[in-house]
Amino acid sequence: MINSTFVIIMRTIHFPALLTALLIFGPISISLGAEPNEYTLSNGMKVLLVEVPKAPVATVQVWYKVGSRNEVMGRAGLSHMLEHMMFKGTARYPKGSFSRIIRKNGGIDNAFTGQDFTAYFENLAADRVGLALELEADRMQGLILDHNEFQTERDVVKEERRLRSEDDPQGALVEALFAHAFLSHPYHWPVIGWFADLEAMSLEDLQRHYDTFYSPNNATLVVVGDIKAETLLPTIKRLFEPIPRGPSPKQTLSPEPEQRGERRFFLKREAQVPFVMMGFRVPNYSSDDSYALDILESILSHGKSSRLYQSLVYDQKNALAVGAEYSVLQSDPGLFYFYSVVNPGAKVEGVEEAIQREIVRLQNEPPSELELQRAKNQVEAARVFEQDSNFRHAMLMGQAESVGAGWRRIDQFVERIRAVTAKDVQRVAKQYLSQDNRTIGILIPLPPPSPDLVPTAVHEGKS
Amino acid sequence: MVLLVLWGVSLARPGHAADIFPTKFTTTNGMTVLVLEQHFLPIVEIHALIKAGSAQDPPEKAGLANLVASLLDEGTTTRSSRQLAEQIDFVGGSLAVQADEDFTTASARTLKKDIDLGFTLLADILQRPAFPKQEFERVRSQILGEITSDNDDPGHVAMKAFNQLVFQNHPYRWPVNGTEDTLGKITLADVQNFYAKEYLPNQVILTIVGDVTVEQATALVQTHFGSWKKGVAQPRTIKKPTVIDKKIVQLIERDLTQSTIIIGHPGISRTNPDFYAVTVMNHVLGAGGFSSRLMDTIRDKQGLAYGITSHYDGRLMPGPFWINLQTRTETTNQAINGVLAEMKAIREAPVSDQELADAKAFLMGSFPLRLDSTAKLAQVLAQVEFFGLGFDYFSQYPKWIERVTKEDVLRVAKQYLDPQHYALVVVGNIAKAKVRH
Repeated sequence: MINSTFVIIMRTIHFPALLTALLIFGPISISLGAEPNEYTLSNGMKVLLVEVPKAPVATVQVWYKVGSRNEVMGRAGLSHMLEHMMFKGTARYPKGSFSRIIRKNGGIDNAFTGQDFTAYFENLAADRVGLALELEADRMQGLILDHNEFQTERDVVKEERRLRSEDDPQGALVEALFAHAFLSHPYHWPVIGWFADLEAMSLEDLQRHYDTFYSPNNATLVVVGDIKAETLLPTIKRLFEPIPRGPSPKQTLSPEPEQRGERRFFLKREAQVPFVMMGFRVPNYSSDDSYALDILESILSHGKSSRLYQSLVYDQKNALAVGAEYSVLQSDPGLFYFYSVVNPGAKVEGVEEAIQREIVRLQNEPPSELELQRAKNQVEAARVFEQDSNFRHAMLMGQAESVGAGWRRIDQFVERIRAVTAKDVQRVAKQYLSQDNRTIGILIPLPPPSPDLVPTAVHEGKS
Repeated sequence: MVLLVLWGVSLARPGHAADIFPTKFTTTNGMTVLVLEQHFLPIVEIHALIKAGSAQDPPEKAGLANLVASLLDEGTTTRSSRQLAEQIDFVGGSLAVQADEDFTTASARTLKKDIDLGFTLLADILQRPAFPKQEFERVRSQILGEITSDNDDPGHVAMKAFNQLVFQNHPYRWPVNGTEDTLGKITLADVQNFYAKEYLPNQVILTIVGDVTVEQATALVQTHFGSWKKGVAQPRTIKKPTVIDKKIVQLIERDLTQSTIIIGHPGISRTNPDFYAVTVMNHVLGAGGFSSRLMDTIRDKQGLAYGITSHYDGRLMPGPFWINLQTRTETTNQAINGVLAEMKAIREAPVSDQELADAKAFLMGSFPLRLDSTAKLAQVLAQVEFFGLGFDYFSQYPKWIERVTKEDVLRVAKQYLDPQHYALVVVGNIAKAKVRH
């Protein structure tokens, strides 16, 4: 449900290729067990501490309520660019020292940016948490933005864009899907930004973005691991409370107008296999329909017994992979989307029709009680499995806070899921998965200019 | 009857070492069982490692071990493919099978209350796969499709070409899932024979981690695996890859904006005594993320790449050493030269005291992070047993790293890195990149 595979990008690659990541990572369900200790500092910073004594490690995460939704036309990718610049040093900890200090203390640090948030994290031994906190407190205000560093880092981000979108056919289709489904809302542009916008960005843009959004009242600190909340809190106060409250940036955006009719587009480029995506605009966590939509997603795509897998991969054999994703934890209403990697030799139209048939089937008859129970069991089990990883556990809370849902909603989520009926699922399928509300994108592979199978030359290099 | 040499492994606890005390025993049918109790969460991971992987594929039938593995959960003598999926999905658990070069793993993950179902399904797919003809055809054509689809990933294309250059006439030459050519030659009889020869209880390490006691686990192992018949394990030969004595270059033309570059040669086995010195050297060179030399020069100083990493894949036989990156077409030569310069530099002068200290501090300090979830623990325990590292691994790892000196790092750099003789693969717009190698 965090549904980050397509929209979150990291400072460096942690996941394998896009679709593989999607299949392995799968939809993450909301879950939470150990109750967090919640505090609000005098400067407005939210702090969530969860004591998990099972291993002598912890994760420290600082979440800022700023992502590509807080950007303006012409500066797409500014939040992500700033995320990269956050590793370029402060007066106290100059360039390179942040990661070096974390590493020599046995920790791993990185960051990721999404449509709704930017987050920084350190995974490390529990007795080194104070160090991570000190470094994070320092760069919340003290960042030095240097012109030359920016020039070089912009090149790095352009390489990242080439890797994720330009040279990845499926990544390119995802980008185009959002651009078609959202016309006026900032979910229109990709988190990584467009080349022209990256080129147009200035140091002043970065400084303004930093000054506007990087303040304690726009941040959530989450620590999960082998810690004691009452002993850690004084350290947190000492490090973060001196940071003055910043501006209160505008977080409310005008909603994307209602979609009136299907949108359909094609992407033609060199590729091996076709890829189909179908997106429907749906509500986020703030709607009561989000629970039934979540069950709907599960029935359609969780596990090999799910309807989409059984129909497209198993019975009809026209897809290599198929799935549905619904991201409930978003600041603004997002997309419920379907995707399928078409089996070479199968027809794209057949795959689109097969997905549509499964949608219609749910609109015409409610799911069986067995399927409904399976979906609920999956959500509940995921709630427990989630806590096996401190990182995922913290990520879920950080995201819930950052998009405005609040961590308590995660706890309520499972209760509300239990109450969903088969009729509810049928109703939301009818209401949201309608033809007029859908955007379809199809990747049509073009053959390479020269015959692809001509063996490429192997030669001995020059000495 | 299961077993019965039962001993706890108790360990000293130096700084940074992890407190891992698995119980190990061998069943009468020869299966090695490891149990680690973890009672914090009501979950259980049951992880079977079968000592057979793609290294056991006949070269003309590459992809056989993977096809066998992929068919395990596609129907048994008691359950259809769909029934297996429905049963594990209904409890929100997962059943996963994966073939690698040296071994195959099959694992079940469930809530504690469903542990019996986890054992039942895992035992069923390991002992009673039916290999139905229609599933064989379907899964094989599915894998063929995936091979085609993989060609959309330049990194995958480059790695496949690289392995063929480095591992000529060696079991690590072909991709684990095979090729279009070799998959077509595999018959259902091949699958059945491979299974019959390789899937034996005495070739399995069964690791159970989670909210279960050793007594419960022992009883469950007996109930579900006790009747599995022991067999004769196939002999294994260790083969070293042929030494590369020149530069081998392969350029693969694609309509892309970046060049995907892989440079490397044969590396070391997991049991090589220099493994820990190589780990430290490799950390400084390019495995240490943002503190490595390659990341510093190629990314941070020159802005040539988003990611660059060096790897030694320590396997049963010496696996590959490689450095991979992507850079825009125009900077292909600059990036290759930068990589080669770093390979040379670390062989010519000792690393600095600071670099050595930082690398060792990270490797020792981050050890517990590699064991921080049930699934990671099960995998690491199984591999420690598979490679025969001994369970003092968990207490000794920091000491083995601590012992590495600057001289060791220089020696292993000279011995296991060769900036003169290597394989270079570039996938991208070759005409425009004008690779000068």
